[in-house]
Amino acid sequence: MSAQDEPESRFSPRMRRRIASVSVIVGFFVVWEVACILFHVKEIVLPRPTQVVAALITYAPAIWPHAIQTLSTTLAGFGLGILAGVFLGALIGSSRLAYDAGYPLLIGFSSIPKVALVPIFVLWFGAGTVPAILTAMIMSMFPIVVNVAAGLATTEPELEDVMRAWRASKLDILMNVGLPRTMPYFFASLKVSVTLAFVGVVIAETVASNRGIGNLMMIASSSFDVPLVFAGLLILAVMGVSLYAIFSVIEGRVTGWAKRKDELALG
Amino acid sequence: MTTRAEAFVELHDVTLSYGRGASRVDALATTALRVGSGDFVALVGPSGCGKSTILKLVTGLIRASTGYVYVAGREVGAEPVRVGMAFQNPTLLPWLTIRDNVMLPLKIVPPFRAEYRAKRKTEFRDRADALLEQVGLKGFADRFPWQLSGGMLQRASLCRALVHDPQLLMLDEPFGALDQFTREELWAILQDLWLTRKPTVLLVTHDLKEAGYLANRVCVMRARPGEIIEDCPVDFARPRTIDMTYTPDFVSLTQRLRELIVSARGGTELAS
Repeated sequence: MSAQDEPESRFSPRMRRRIASVSVIVGFFVVWEVACILFHVKEIVLPRPTQVVAALITYAPAIWPHAIQTLSTTLAGFGLGILAGVFLGALIGSSRLAYDAGYPLLIGFSSIPKVALVPIFVLWFGAGTVPAILTAMIMSMFPIVVNVAAGLATTEPELEDVMRAWRASKLDILMNVGLPRTMPYFFASLKVSVTLAFVGVVIAETVASNRGIGNLMMIASSSFDVPLVFAGLLILAVMGVSLYAIFSVIEGRVTGWAKRKDELALG
Repeated sequence: MTTRAEAFVELHDVTLSYGRGASRVDALATTALRVGSGDFVALVGPSGCGKSTILKLVTGLIRASTGYVYVAGREVGAEPVRVGMAFQNPTLLPWLTIRDNVMLPLKIVPPFRAEYRAKRKTEFRDRADALLEQVGLKGFADRFPWQLSGGMLQRASLCRALVHDPQLLMLDEPFGALDQFTREELWAILQDLWLTRKPTVLLVTHDLKEAGYLANRVCVMRARPGEIIEDCPVDFARPRTIDMTYTPDFVSLTQRLRELIVSARGGTELAS
């Protein structure tokens, strides 16, 4: 921030924005570190970032399989969530009856805390990976359903008239107009959904699993190894941000048309 | 039923009303209209007179309350008729290039849809490009809709309405949102397209000059309930020009149409 007056000429505005945001993030960790040292915060209450990183490095061989487990469980649950979400969203968005019946059900279901579902899944499938996958699926599904349904419902009536005058089937309209129009909504919801899938997996792992970052954090906290707990949190955060970033890039590639309205328009 | 080969489109004592009892609205009073194959008919009148309703009846998007709508000699919907439509809003799909937008009907309307996969890179592509060239959009085929101006989008929309060689072309105020010069340019283009392909055209418009320039017949409607009150033939030689619209004959035609609409509006005001 102190270097702001000089680089004015050297960096593009975009570069400067990036530098500013990175320095704020780095600054956050620096403040955390310094505050812990200044106020003599005990490691068992709030470990310093350096201690967290140290724990991460020390325990890396032990953490690694858990991280892989959590990541793969999340992706499996997220994948199922996408399939179920697109299917339900397409159904609700294109059929009046499904909309009237499905929406109240959906709202009711989404207001249930998903933690409450984990014991039921454990009852049905036993402790382990399956309840975690299902929890991730359930949690990541709702934003997708709602967004896909909303995208389908916003088709211009005139365009639908045109399609119907061509005697297009419902499927034709869905494939050629409905789903493409929904893509921006769909990808926006994916970014939110993937982080929710992580939440679902970690909840299920904490409650009923002997593998995964959630389980690791449970064990670490019961032995008061707070730096390891924070190392687990850090790994979750990094994985969440990475997946969010990946889906942002895909979103930009696939649905660029929705964002560049006037950039290059001719007079 | 006897065959009705003489008229490509026929409204036989059609009425249309929405709702029941006290809240009933008569959108269309008993209406009869016959449009010959390859004819160009304009519907003009005050807003809310049921002009667009007639288009929807003819394309089978809504059904008549009483009476019959015949297209190509049979009741609407019975015969698969190729229909092209264009509206004031060009409604192009923003995620497709202009060419792909124009080719959309070929993907959906039979008999083209069966061959779409095989011919979309060859014959169908050339077909779209030829149309785009005819309306002055050569070189814009690979652009996206957001890169084009309103007038250009409307041209592309016309191409999309015509690419599958429709027997019936429905235009609902297609040039309503454009400036005067662009509009006059597009009249010439539309006339040109009609003269080369001869689809049966129904044009809904507010612009009397547009109706007189383009149509073979102008049907004047009044509102509440919608009704055709006058059917004026327009006999100016084709191809027509903008200069023609300043001749005394043309001016007296538009004046007459205007008076009809004004008197129809005055009549309903007194009645209500």
